[in-house]
Amino acid sequence: MSVIKPLPRWADLILLPFINLCTAFFVCGIVVYIIGENPWDALMVMLKGAFIYPGSLGYTLYYTTNFIFTGLAVATAFHAKLFNIGGEGQAYVGSLGVLLAAALFAQYLPSLLVIILCICCSALFGAAWAIIPGYLQAKRGSHIVITTIMFNFLASSLMVWLLSGILMEKGQQSPQSNLLPESIRLPKVQDAFEFLGVNISSSPMNLSFIVALIALLLFWILIWKTRLGYEIRAVGKNQDAATYAGINVSRIIIITMTISGAFAGLLAVNEVMGVQNRVILNYTAGYGFTGIAVALMGRNHPIGIFFASLLFGVLFQGGTELDFEFQSITRDMVLLIQGLIILFSGALAYMYNPTVSKIFSKIEKRSKKNG
Amino acid sequence: MADFFLQILWTLDATLRVATPLILCAMAGIFSERSGIVDISLEGKLLSGAFVAATIASLTGSAWLGLSGAIIASVLMSLLHGFACITHKGDQVVSGVAINFLASGITVILGIAIFKRGGQTPTLNLNERFRPIELWFTESINNIPIIGTIYRELISGHSLLVYLALICVPLASFILYRSRFGLRLRAVGEAPIAVDSAGVSVTWVRYRALIIGGIFCGIAGAYLSISHGAFFLREMSAGKGYIALAAVIFGNWRPVRAFVACLLFGFLDAVTSRLQGVDLPIIGEIPSALMIALPYILTILLLSGFIGRPTPPSAIGVPYKK
Repeated sequence: MSVIKPLPRWADLILLPFINLCTAFFVCGIVVYIIGENPWDALMVMLKGAFIYPGSLGYTLYYTTNFIFTGLAVATAFHAKLFNIGGEGQAYVGSLGVLLAAALFAQYLPSLLVIILCICCSALFGAAWAIIPGYLQAKRGSHIVITTIMFNFLASSLMVWLLSGILMEKGQQSPQSNLLPESIRLPKVQDAFEFLGVNISSSPMNLSFIVALIALLLFWILIWKTRLGYEIRAVGKNQDAATYAGINVSRIIIITMTISGAFAGLLAVNEVMGVQNRVILNYTAGYGFTGIAVALMGRNHPIGIFFASLLFGVLFQGGTELDFEFQSITRDMVLLIQGLIILFSGALAYMYNPTVSKIFSKIEKRSKKNG
Repeated sequence: MADFFLQILWTLDATLRVATPLILCAMAGIFSERSGIVDISLEGKLLSGAFVAATIASLTGSAWLGLSGAIIASVLMSLLHGFACITHKGDQVVSGVAINFLASGITVILGIAIFKRGGQTPTLNLNERFRPIELWFTESINNIPIIGTIYRELISGHSLLVYLALICVPLASFILYRSRFGLRLRAVGEAPIAVDSAGVSVTWVRYRALIIGGIFCGIAGAYLSISHGAFFLREMSAGKGYIALAAVIFGNWRPVRAFVACLLFGFLDAVTSRLQGVDLPIIGEIPSALMIALPYILTILLLSGFIGRPTPPSAIGVPYKK
């Protein structure tokens, strides 16, 4: 096998991911074609549904908010070479934090303080759910992938039990909690704009979008500007070298998982405090798993994660539009695209590497000849 | 007393029915993982097998064609897994997650495109399914007390695929521990470099392990939709692939122990549905959420070394680079 020359930085960061993404969409287009619809029409309907219809941009950004949180959760763990599949469960349990903080403080403290406490508690509960797999990986050698999968199922059982038991709304039959007090519901974006005198069409997008942007910034500072972030990346690159450099690897693993779980827990801020205003059975709806695709596509970098989240926001919002416009394409298409993106941007991320590198070296040779 | 005896037999009977897909998937998981490939994708292969089985059975009217289609679909998924993480040395967990997503998406999309019933296939009639088989001598043994009842209620009257699953366990054991291929497969999972230096292709051994796993998962999928059930329903695998993975770990990556784990998890499932709303003496009513969570709790306890010590294959999860 010939030695593959490393690609220039821009090609590795932009060109390859772009080719991978195109491959995923191309395969998806083939599937659309096979089931007898026009892929181009489907794409147009999706884009219209995500951007053009009134309120659709708000919906897109509301989904984006969710994916930023879960994407950051997966990305944090990836930096330490840990695969946290448990974002779904951590986000689910995070909602308990909101309920608890609301129940404890809503009557006594000013609402702004309660909102901050609720946000912190959602992160705290998400973190608590991730710390156990982290501990088991660090101290007892059980594999994080398996334990986080198991913890997803445990979270699901726990929440079914709670939501159909002590947390169930009085006098109701459906498994959902009481509504949160009005004072701690996050304002919707249209309300904020109305306050400024501008009318925009209503959507579930709310102030947690700002929280998500802050989370992105915090993530960037944490990973690249702090000592802890350096240690996390060191553990991810080479555990032995990290140990040799005096880094306590098990401590870093546990801390990384805690932070990862905290990001996942924040999903509750958008869904529970911003949109549903209560905890509903299976409110996480697979957002935690989508975080995997987001992190892989965004190359674990805040800017990448933002755009990947935006892409998935477009796919989710545009996907609902497919339901209306087509007979045989539904939003399940999004599941397929998600799988293809994880496959091509994740597992097969370097499939095109040799080819692209060959093309580059040919171009180089040619320019040398000519020059 | 006789009633209680029958109750136990029925629970065990249900155990066997519920455990069948778990057993098949667990054997698939063992082959894949013993060769050094993490197999999160059991769930996706199971689901695609179930879909293709029901679809083909419904279109052609033949359960056997359905079964073959399920096996082919599941093996194709396995090959995709292999292409990503053997040929291109991609991350095995990522590839597995991708396959699970692909399966959930494509089964519903194709289901809607073919049948226009929101992802569900039409209900299959008896000829399109694997029917329960009455084993030999059921009539003549029937009169013998206890043994006759056990034979009639528990051992006889399952579909062919249940018996096939039961045969798969000794078969898997034999292949793994008594054949040359099995020796190589286990060696590839422990020390691929040693196998490579002996002149055996690590890649080919791992591919074959995945293909065998695909066959098992395909049968399991067919069992779900054209034997145990009578149609395909979206997400009908409902986490069974993950439970099977838990059983693999619980069984310490050995066929017979994993089989016992599957029976245990199946038993928990069967008991849960029997005990729904039943007030037990002393303990009271057991919350079914707890019973559903029990397999996961047990696996976590085992994995963390609180009950026994798991010994996964040493080379698991590591792509082999020459």
